[in-house]
Amino acid sequence: MAIEVRIPTILRSYTGGAKVVEGAGDTLGDLLTDLDSRHAGLKARLVTDAGALHRFVNVYVNDEDVRFLGALDAKLNDGDSVTILPAVAGGAFGFAAAAALSQHRASVAGRVAHDAAVAAH
Amino acid sequence: MLSIDRSIVEAIVAHARRDHPDEACGVVAGPAGSDIPTRHIPMDNAARSMTFYEFDSMEQLRVWREMDDRDEEPVVIYHSHTATEAYPSRTDVSFAGEPGAHYLLVSTREPDTEEIRSFRIVDGVVTEEPVRIVDAAVDPHAVQSYMFGQSPATVDYECSGR
Repeated sequence: MAIEVRIPTILRSYTGGAKVVEGAGDTLGDLLTDLDSRHAGLKARLVTDAGALHRFVNVYVNDEDVRFLGALDAKLNDGDSVTILPAVAGGAFGFAAAAALSQHRASVAGRVAHDAAVAAH
Repeated sequence: MLSIDRSIVEAIVAHARRDHPDEACGVVAGPAGSDIPTRHIPMDNAARSMTFYEFDSMEQLRVWREMDDRDEEPVVIYHSHTATEAYPSRTDVSFAGEPGAHYLLVSTREPDTEEIRSFRIVDGVVTEEPVRIVDAAVDPHAVQSYMFGQSPATVDYECSGR
């Protein structure tokens, strides 16, 4: 038995056009490594250089979003069905900008706290 | 070019107005390969934000499966910008993951008028396209006035008395 993986349109260039492929692995990470051995380049579209699941995709095991199952560490069993969908998101002032801003805010807050600590001494 | 029924555009605009000042988002499904948007599916904006939208991942799974079962595909993916123009932001472009879809943007920044524009977004390249709003030939729920020279379907409808 194997794990059935449903591939979205945008990634079918890696699977020779196939909508469904099969793979094996004890975790989602293992499965993606296994798939990448036959569909080179697929994993890099799903996993960041830092080794996390990409923000631009949703991956489901059976009916669950893997973000709630441990992401790449999500456990898999033979007969599971994995579905990959493009995350649909965007907006006038986007996620990337919002993330950059919150990081900037965090660093400003850290600096202010540091300055205050220095001033107190 | 995107050809889309007037009633669907009106429903999208109503959704965008209803959720203003938060961004609204959704899908119009159509038969696979047809390029004809027929079934309007308003989606929740899981981000509930004035500047960001995001489909709820579980709702998306349900809707995408339903489309698959019905042999449909997402012909149109729409969202609103509530304070800026109807043009894809860098975030819109980086997330655009349906190369076959028309990305429809509605701007609700003006209270009385809407700006509606459509784009193809493929491999990070944005191409604007014309939007043709079409009136349905036959609306089974409405009484239609008969005009000579309309399609046989419309004449049938008139004569059947339904």
